[in-house]
Amino acid sequence: MKSVKDWIKKISKKPLFLPLFSVFLVLVINVIYDAVQGNYIFSFFTFELKEGALYGRIVDILNRGSEAAILAIGMTLVVSSSGGTDISVGSVMSLSGSLCCMLLAGFGVTHVRGPEELQMPIWVGAVAGIAIAGVVGLFNGFLVARMKIQPMVATLIFFTAGRAIGLLLTNNKMVYILLDEFKWFGLGKTWIFPTPTVIAAICIALMVLVLRFTSLGMYVQSVGINPRASRIAGINSAAIILLCYVICGLYAGVAGIVATSRIYSADSNNIGLNLELDAILAVALGGNSLGGGRFNLAGSIIGAYTIQAITTTMYALGVAKAQAPVYKAIIVILIVVVQSPAVKAYFAHRKAQRESLAIAGRS
Amino acid sequence: MKKKSINNHTILLLITVGLFIILYGAGYISYGVIETKGFEKLQTFLDILRTNAALICIACGMTCVMLTGGIDISVGSLVAMDCMILAVGMEYQEISPTLLVPFVLLIGIVFGAVMGYLIGYLDIQPFIVTMAGMFFARGMTAMICTDQVNIAKSNWFKDLAAIKVYMPFDIGAVVNKRGVKMVPYVNVAVLIALVVVILVFLMLRYTRTGRSMYAVGGSHTSAALMGLNVKRTKMITYILSSFLCSIGGICYCMNTMCGTTTQALGLEMKAISSAVIGGTLLTGGVGNVFGSFVGVLINGTIQSIVSFNADLTRLGGTVPNVVSAFLLFLFIMLQAVFAKLRERKQG
Amino acid sequence: MTFPGVKALQNVDFTLREGEIHALMGENGAGKSTLIKCLTGVNDFEQGEIHMDGKPIRNHSTLDAQKNGISTVYQEVNLCPNLSVAENLFIGREPLTKIGTISRKAMLNRARELMQKLDIQVDVAKTLDSYSIAIQQMIAIARAVDMDCKVLILDEPTSSLDDKEVEKLFILMRSLRDQGIGIIFVTHFLEQVYAVCDRITVLRNGQLVGEYQIADLPRLKLVAAMMGKDFDDLQSIKSKEDEAVSDELEIEARGLSHARKIKPFDLDIHKGEVLGLTGLLGSGRSELARCIYGADRAQTGTLKVGGKETTISAPIDAMRLGMGLLPDDRKAEGIVEDLSVRENIMLAMQSLKGVRAKIPMDKQMEITKKYIELLEIKTPSTETLVKQLSGGNQQKVIIARWLATDPDFLILDEPTRGIDVGTKTEIQKLVVELARQGKSVIFISSEIEEMLRTCNRLAVLRDGEKVGELTENLTQESVMKAIAGGERN
Repeated sequence: MKSVKDWIKKISKKPLFLPLFSVFLVLVINVIYDAVQGNYIFSFFTFELKEGALYGRIVDILNRGSEAAILAIGMTLVVSSSGGTDISVGSVMSLSGSLCCMLLAGFGVTHVRGPEELQMPIWVGAVAGIAIAGVVGLFNGFLVARMKIQPMVATLIFFTAGRAIGLLLTNNKMVYILLDEFKWFGLGKTWIFPTPTVIAAICIALMVLVLRFTSLGMYVQSVGINPRASRIAGINSAAIILLCYVICGLYAGVAGIVATSRIYSADSNNIGLNLELDAILAVALGGNSLGGGRFNLAGSIIGAYTIQAITTTMYALGVAKAQAPVYKAIIVILIVVVQSPAVKAYFAHRKAQRESLAIAGRS
Repeated sequence: MKKKSINNHTILLLITVGLFIILYGAGYISYGVIETKGFEKLQTFLDILRTNAALICIACGMTCVMLTGGIDISVGSLVAMDCMILAVGMEYQEISPTLLVPFVLLIGIVFGAVMGYLIGYLDIQPFIVTMAGMFFARGMTAMICTDQVNIAKSNWFKDLAAIKVYMPFDIGAVVNKRGVKMVPYVNVAVLIALVVVILVFLMLRYTRTGRSMYAVGGSHTSAALMGLNVKRTKMITYILSSFLCSIGGICYCMNTMCGTTTQALGLEMKAISSAVIGGTLLTGGVGNVFGSFVGVLINGTIQSIVSFNADLTRLGGTVPNVVSAFLLFLFIMLQAVFAKLRERKQG
Repeated sequence: MTFPGVKALQNVDFTLREGEIHALMGENGAGKSTLIKCLTGVNDFEQGEIHMDGKPIRNHSTLDAQKNGISTVYQEVNLCPNLSVAENLFIGREPLTKIGTISRKAMLNRARELMQKLDIQVDVAKTLDSYSIAIQQMIAIARAVDMDCKVLILDEPTSSLDDKEVEKLFILMRSLRDQGIGIIFVTHFLEQVYAVCDRITVLRNGQLVGEYQIADLPRLKLVAAMMGKDFDDLQSIKSKEDEAVSDELEIEARGLSHARKIKPFDLDIHKGEVLGLTGLLGSGRSELARCIYGADRAQTGTLKVGGKETTISAPIDAMRLGMGLLPDDRKAEGIVEDLSVRENIMLAMQSLKGVRAKIPMDKQMEITKKYIELLEIKTPSTETLVKQLSGGNQQKVIIARWLATDPDFLILDEPTRGIDVGTKTEIQKLVVELARQGKSVIFISSEIEEMLRTCNRLAVLRDGEKVGELTENLTQESVMKAIAGGERN
């Protein structure tokens, strides 16, 4: 009995406990749901190969969660280094998609139906879209790192303007790129996997490699934990924070291209809508403090997919898309309340009281 | 003997007012004098007030929250929920607005109390808590009804919304082409908004609660050491914000007369940017509702100018966003420069 | 009140009389702030009692203390800079009108009266941040006085004031004393103690050294009381040949200064030399070192390192020139608390190599293990978070951080503060060993005896100025004389 308790205590202190526990809960709910519905109870875990492409609920979650996962990577760095959040990423996604489509179609053109109508190669458009997102990241980073403006305020500027500039670029119209080559980013498949999952995997792999083969991770955390000590130890805090925002911007650009390709059109008003909130939530769910400092990239990524799994599960349970935020809100509040210092202190106090009572009882 | 003190904050407010005059003046000259499209009419100004009445109420609440160093991003969704409750209540449930209006206000208070408790007493970041509030209210809106509900049945609420309050003594009256005298008017929502601005202004200036908000934002450790109840002050602030937001929601409903799930999207950011343009610091402690009021007017004027310009109108509703983002940038930079200057002065 | 390993305050008696200004003196870690925190209810204490007017009181918070008539004014003013002077004076107890709103008029009038009574020249309607720190402090004092305080604690109020402002503050202090208020005055400036105080209590290492009438305690005795003059029997860790210093200059500073922190100074440091910077806390000893290292960017003057003129605008520049700084505030500027021991040790070395050249993990482990062994750092593992170690081990981690970069010139600012005697000796030995290897060291400590054992030469600082150097005949007596600066009182 006691060993189980100890085991639970030990495991609940592991950094990845919270996100993995959430995943576990989602899985359990899915299994119960399938059981109640009379389906094969493990149908959640089944994969199918249809016309050379992989299908299944897990594949679907990984696919749909790609954008949030990509954003969560950049957001993790931003939160860790500056102790604030970048709320412009959703808007920047839309901007990057709009620029890409505008370049491909030409200004004012609303439909591209054949390859001959393309103004430039698709990859040039995609790169330009990602690049502009990087520029926005640079701007945000400059305001935060050099001008010492709170991250949320600084990124509020492009939260407001990003989408709007996107609409100006597309002449306030939906721009459709009806080419399979363009749809590939969001709807295509690479070998048997949906392309977005592959792109997300590449993004994750890139960041993992960067963290593994450079000391960026240590710098970012050091700056986030104690900027003064980091400075004395020779780290240029401003440059590190700036870099984090640029990375966050570039990743938002990638996510933007994927999201645009999914609907093969630049829909400035809807691409990436509220996705910044998902990304922030993913970071928090991943066990990272939104106050900055130590980060856990794996946690954030699992967090992002968990959110998608929750969403997908909710839809499966028959919750309407528009109503899902209610449950999301409740989950968020539960997580932060459990993590809040006041509640932790309360339980620590209760524990101390119990222990002192126990000691008193023994003597 | 009595010297008027002019400090950085007063300068920021003066810049805001000056900017409003310049913007409005530019619109006036371009579309009132050079091209006579009607910008010169008093009605144009009153229309800015009319379309932004809800935002004015919300910006007042947001200012209070920002004064304490917090943020409330739940307001847009709360407005949507309020509108939906009003619309569904009147249309489908046929509940009298006499019950519904106080109910909506009560919901605002409860909503704010929960968020305020989490922020003040449990010390959770305002951004996260109000983000959850935002999700919750938006989702609840959809739970109540996913369709657009128009308020068609007649009741006193509808009548009240339709009332035109004409300017007294025919101020700004013009005679149109058909020879009919047109007296400029506002609606009840504008009056409510103005009363809110004045009341909140007085509250911030003349009550202990109001001054505590400034103190908490100025330095919350100092405020605690001076014997103020910081936690309670924070909670009250969020209650006030949500309450004012519900008043704003009622004003919003008076203008739109409907409830939809996508209503008032992004309104929170408009309120925040209005407050920032009006000279309120996000770090807390500095600002007042008058500045935020002018901030709302600036955003409204930009929108109005764009609607008068055919070229810009063709580009759609996004131009104001770009301009207002640029202004936001400008003001943030100004504030940063002033902060740097003060730092230098104090060594 | 205890801190891990070190008892912060033991059996200290302290008496404050009505209508006196009482100086509370002691070096870092002497227990001054702990004593004050116990008096004002910030910290709880384990044994003993506080009596006020003969009655025992116990404060559980600063608010309790205020209600009991004990108010504190800190160096960083605890008022709201964005509110007006009048509001800061009366917030939480504003005069109200009949309908319960604040009567601004009455408040302004009362504020003006109060300011007049205390002879402070301010416009009470202006915001607090339009006034200098000195005035802000006086306003904080005025607030305390108006709240019927009987005991006023001034915790280093003069650290950021200039001479004129200090004089104004003293006038106010004297007039309050004459009104019967007891004032506890904490400062590091000897001049000021003799200018304004009636009695002095000296603490050292958490213990009471003594309580003296100001007339009975000349400067030299005060310094001796604060720093401790009991010669210990420990053998000198320096040998004769360690006294020999190369003629080659490592550092040559001419006219370096930083506004308000350190007046222009010249300083030479030779290769293989241990230079001690001595002076009381706040004398500019840390600031001088920080100025060379670029932690505070020098505003005037030139600096030659290894014979070549250089400008240092950020610590990384200094590091590239082979410098290292162990700052005095370990928590604020030393450790990165949520990083592991390994990461903390590797930090400086890694930032010298640049972000792209990550030191391979096995190399990191090798270096970390080497220094854990060399410095005998007590840690469960290399991956333990540094905040979980004791103070002495944290300090060793930071020393390891710099040793790993193999510096030519190391600045150690109070490396032995708050750590046990054994570790102290280890660190002293290490300093001498570094010099033996031809490295230059600046060593800063509050303990003269420690300096005498390790340093070849001492530079003396007083009130933000370098006032002299001592090379020969280094004795406790001569050093204390130099620190105290003559026998003017």
